[in-house]
Amino acid sequence: MSASTVTERRVAAAAARKHSLHKSRMWALWGSYIALSVFVVMFLVPPFYTLVTSLKSSAEISAQTGSPWLVHSPTLENFWYLITYPNFQRYYLNSVIVTILTVVISMVISVLAAFSLSRMGFWGSQTLSTGVFLTYLVPPSLLFIPLFQIVGQLGLINNFWCLVLLYPTLAVPFCTWIMIGYFSSIPKELDEAALIDGAGYLQMLWRIFIPVAMPGIIAATIFAFTVAWGAFLYPLAYLYTSNQMVLTVGIISDLIRGDVFQWGKIMAACLLASLPPIVIYAFLMDYYVAGLTAGATKG
Amino acid sequence: MADGTSVPIGVIAPGKSKTQKNTMQKFAQRRSTTGFLLCLPLILLVAAFVIYPAFYAIYLSMLNKKMTAFVGLSNFQFLLKRHTFQLVIFQSCLFAVTAVVLKAIIGFVLAHLMHNIPGKNQRVWRGLLLVPWVIPLALSTLTWWWMFDPSYSAFNWVLNQFGLANVPWLGVGWIARFCTIAVNVWYGTPFFMIMYLAALKSVPEQLYEAAAIDGANAVQKLFFVTLPMMRNIIAITVLFSLIVTFADFDIVRILTAGGPQDMTHVFATYAFQIGIQSGDIPLGAADSLFMFPILAFAAFFVLRGVTKRTKEIAT
Repeated sequence: MSASTVTERRVAAAAARKHSLHKSRMWALWGSYIALSVFVVMFLVPPFYTLVTSLKSSAEISAQTGSPWLVHSPTLENFWYLITYPNFQRYYLNSVIVTILTVVISMVISVLAAFSLSRMGFWGSQTLSTGVFLTYLVPPSLLFIPLFQIVGQLGLINNFWCLVLLYPTLAVPFCTWIMIGYFSSIPKELDEAALIDGAGYLQMLWRIFIPVAMPGIIAATIFAFTVAWGAFLYPLAYLYTSNQMVLTVGIISDLIRGDVFQWGKIMAACLLASLPPIVIYAFLMDYYVAGLTAGATKG
Repeated sequence: MADGTSVPIGVIAPGKSKTQKNTMQKFAQRRSTTGFLLCLPLILLVAAFVIYPAFYAIYLSMLNKKMTAFVGLSNFQFLLKRHTFQLVIFQSCLFAVTAVVLKAIIGFVLAHLMHNIPGKNQRVWRGLLLVPWVIPLALSTLTWWWMFDPSYSAFNWVLNQFGLANVPWLGVGWIARFCTIAVNVWYGTPFFMIMYLAALKSVPEQLYEAAAIDGANAVQKLFFVTLPMMRNIIAITVLFSLIVTFADFDIVRILTAGGPQDMTHVFATYAFQIGIQSGDIPLGAADSLFMFPILAFAAFFVLRGVTKRTKEIAT
């Protein structure tokens, strides 16, 4: 009788303890969700405001009455204006050309270099790997003034081809760095097998390394894309007529004339210009995050 | 014993082994030549547009404004004596240090919150939190500018609803400094979050279990398990971010263009103003060269710390 009550009490106490543990875990979980929601709201305020403003007519913005956070009569006139505006089409086209060429050039250079640095030791290859890492640490704002002179000597001032020449310097070091990591993780037996089967180096790279390291290639491509699409300093410093400008500088110099700010159009242009990165990240974010964090966690 | 296999070959067929050695050497030579050739585009790119410009910048910074005469270090002296440039040094350091510390702390908190919620929900939350980092910085800064707008500011409207007076966001030095830092924190925090989240996931669960058995509470787990295990990643992330933040151009250029009274200028925007806009290329080159020692200093110390700790872990 007494023994059974003791065990009963013990079971009840254990259940209560378990219950309180469960409860505290639930609290921690809900606390996390609430805190994260607060951060998400804070982080999304600017994009939300961009969207709200882009749907307002110029008259509504200049009236300056009521809450700026709400749209009273939503309209797509800003978007329509931009889509049919030849200058904006030009910026978009220039951005696309510059970005695609940058991505292709950067990927070719960095995949070849990474293949060589991860598999074929030659005199100075170790130093070169370290050098690549250090080049990644050179910010664009350090060298834009001597590059201004160099671009001028090449006759490429106010010509968007100078960006195709310069953007790879920003993308290649990091892309090479990611690719070295991915290529090094491929087992050496694979290339030995390929060599025995009589494959050349380029065949080996094309048939084995690139397919196996596809996640790394995707991550590096997204990086090169991000750099080329969003860069601001070089185009601002080297381009000055609207037929050569890319989106980032085109929006600022074209839609802001003196003291006249066409905020509705500016915000609509920002949305349209942010669309490609957002779409790409929405689909390929996992690859990019994996590529980005792999290098750091290994190092 | 290990040599036993190689001796007979040498005795029986000395000629064959020699040719074999030759082909091996040739193979290795061909391999290293191919390797070098594959690296050549990279080497040429870096040499032409990174190393050459770096030396060219040093040369340029020692010329006079018209670039006709060699003036030695007088550009650097001139800059250091200028009040505006002293403000630039102060603001660059304040901007970089404050922004990186805030990003590191908020990113750490966010990573922990993300780590608490179940794995299957993390993807959506991570996607939402990464939005600031996905939008090109020059474009999102335009939105911030519009929200700080003095005449019809979205923030001032909210303040007015609570009965508070308008704040001249970008019109007064210290408030403008705060605004530039706030935008940078907004943009850079997601990067810290994903780096820390990856680090948190790589900490073995057994360590926490062992700590729990030893009676460690949550704070002790944080200080004696999580932080030591994450030291490397924290160091690398802070290094990257410090360099990028220190060399920031977009935010300050768009938000304030250096104003009010040059109080928000950083090295990059000041170099742009004097070098490109005023056309004094040598002075602009000298200004951006001031960034180099500070960046190199940061890179050296953190890289040294990282390699030391990697060795400690390895042994």
